Amino acid sequence: MNQEELNNKLLEIKDKLIDIEQKANKRIFLPCEAENTYAVNKFLFEDVPLRFVIATGIDSDDYFEILYHYSNDETGCVVTVKAFIRDREKPAIESIAPFLPGAEWIEREIHDLLGIDFKNHPNLRRLILSDDWPEGVYPLRKETKK
Amino acid sequence: MKETVKKPVLAVGPFHPLQEEMEFYQLTLDGEKVVDIDVRISYNHRGMEGISETLQFDQVPFLVSRVCGICSASHPLAYINAVEEIAGITAPERAQYIRVIINELERIHSHMLWVGLAGHFIGYDTVFMWAWKYREPVLDLLEEITGNRNNYGNVKVGGCREDIPNELIPKMLKDLDKLDKKTWMLTKAVLDDPIIHARLKGVGILTKQAAIDYAVTGPTARGSGIAIDVRRDDPYAAYADLDWNVISQPEGDVFAKAVVRLLEVLEAVKIIKQALKKLPDGPIAIEVKEIPPGEGCGRAEAPRGETFHYVRSDGGNRPVRHKIRAPSYVNVPSFKASCLGGHIADVTITLAAVDPCYSCTERLAVVDGHNNIIHNYESLHQLSCEKTARIKKEIGAPEWKLEDI
Repeated sequence: MNQEELNNKLLEIKDKLIDIEQKANKRIFLPCEAENTYAVNKFLFEDVPLRFVIATGIDSDDYFEILYHYSNDETGCVVTVKAFIRDREKPAIESIAPFLPGAEWIEREIHDLLGIDFKNHPNLRRLILSDDWPEGVYPLRKETKK
Repeated sequence: MKETVKKPVLAVGPFHPLQEEMEFYQLTLDGEKVVDIDVRISYNHRGMEGISETLQFDQVPFLVSRVCGICSASHPLAYINAVEEIAGITAPERAQYIRVIINELERIHSHMLWVGLAGHFIGYDTVFMWAWKYREPVLDLLEEITGNRNNYGNVKVGGCREDIPNELIPKMLKDLDKLDKKTWMLTKAVLDDPIIHARLKGVGILTKQAAIDYAVTGPTARGSGIAIDVRRDDPYAAYADLDWNVISQPEGDVFAKAVVRLLEVLEAVKIIKQALKKLPDGPIAIEVKEIPPGEGCGRAEAPRGETFHYVRSDGGNRPVRHKIRAPSYVNVPSFKASCLGGHIADVTITLAAVDPCYSCTERLAVVDGHNNIIHNYESLHQLSCEKTARIKKEIGAPEWKLEDI
């Protein structure tokens, strides 16, 4: 799929996105709210289709961000879905692992490090932290880092 | 009366039997067949993403080159690609070529390491001796141009730290010619060997669909017929100027992955020779004052697959978030697709086929439902060697020992 076809394809889900940002040559960011991310990810992985690379969890200002990176290997374009989770008390987002087994580990990792609940995840056990790590302490959260 | 039959569980780890690194597999067995697999990792988590946020932009390459001793050129390069993208700068041409040369030398020594270990584990130590013998001069070359056999510390934002002296080029070309010949010999010997065919063909198959679902990269993906390679798809450094091929095989078994790696060594030699001949004159670095706010995605094709780094800057002198994804992170979970239904004697080579990358020592035991140890590392290695011997006998391969030659 060339760049133009990809751009047209992305317009199909425009109503679920806040914006379509071109940050650098071959780098597209798709900011969206947490409730729309499942549909956007499913569209990118199954309908476009793009290759899943990894997800990044970030403790931002007063919200959490989950970045889902995808790659279009024909043009080398990286498409990143940027999901905002605005509930700091009980951060949660729909898991994409049911249709994308390659995302199972990274969701477990983000769950460990940032305490984000991935709803409907097939196996949300600890991946990074040891078994005797205290409950409710999340290493990458701002309050822990202080 | 309802009887519950406990299936034996094979505990592989917490230290990997072949790569001698920390990871823990629990294989549920039915007879000699593997019916389920569970993986536990992170015995050696070093919190590098957290540490990176405490370092300045030009200190981070030294940190990320220690993510893995073998991939100590690709991690810094992926990070630098991300930072240079944020800053909107391009390193001088000579630096781009030096980056290519170091990264390809790294690919050669890493693939040779794998071929040797794979040979050792199916009980074929001749391959092990050969591969590691020809790997040694590659490490010497790296030492000569960077000062280190690993952890080269040669790239920085805006260029490279050390130049490759032009006087060294004829010697390097000569060494590469030698390596080319020896690798051809090794490749032909391995690919023609009936025992290697019997042990690796049809073993641990990862189908194309499973490879897509598990989002695998590198030789693991290319061995399953997915011809992706960041060097060609999203060219960085000087790869776009050079002529080489992406190797892929459709079968998805361990043999296909071995073929991909061996032929990639030859391609890497080709790339380095071209880069040395075309090496442009000029400076090797530009001055970079500060990194503006922004976010960037950097990629590099490590020996094991795509290395991905995401960096976010707020305009200060440190990254506010730095995500590192090593290729093994997506390649390892694909065991769930490639090991199930396989034979116990084939599991260790299947687990090793993606060339997983963690850290040191070895321990392994088969435990039955009552926690009695049935097999340890030695007896499983023995099982694997016996299978090779059995096949040798069946196909009538000549019996000879190392002392005979």
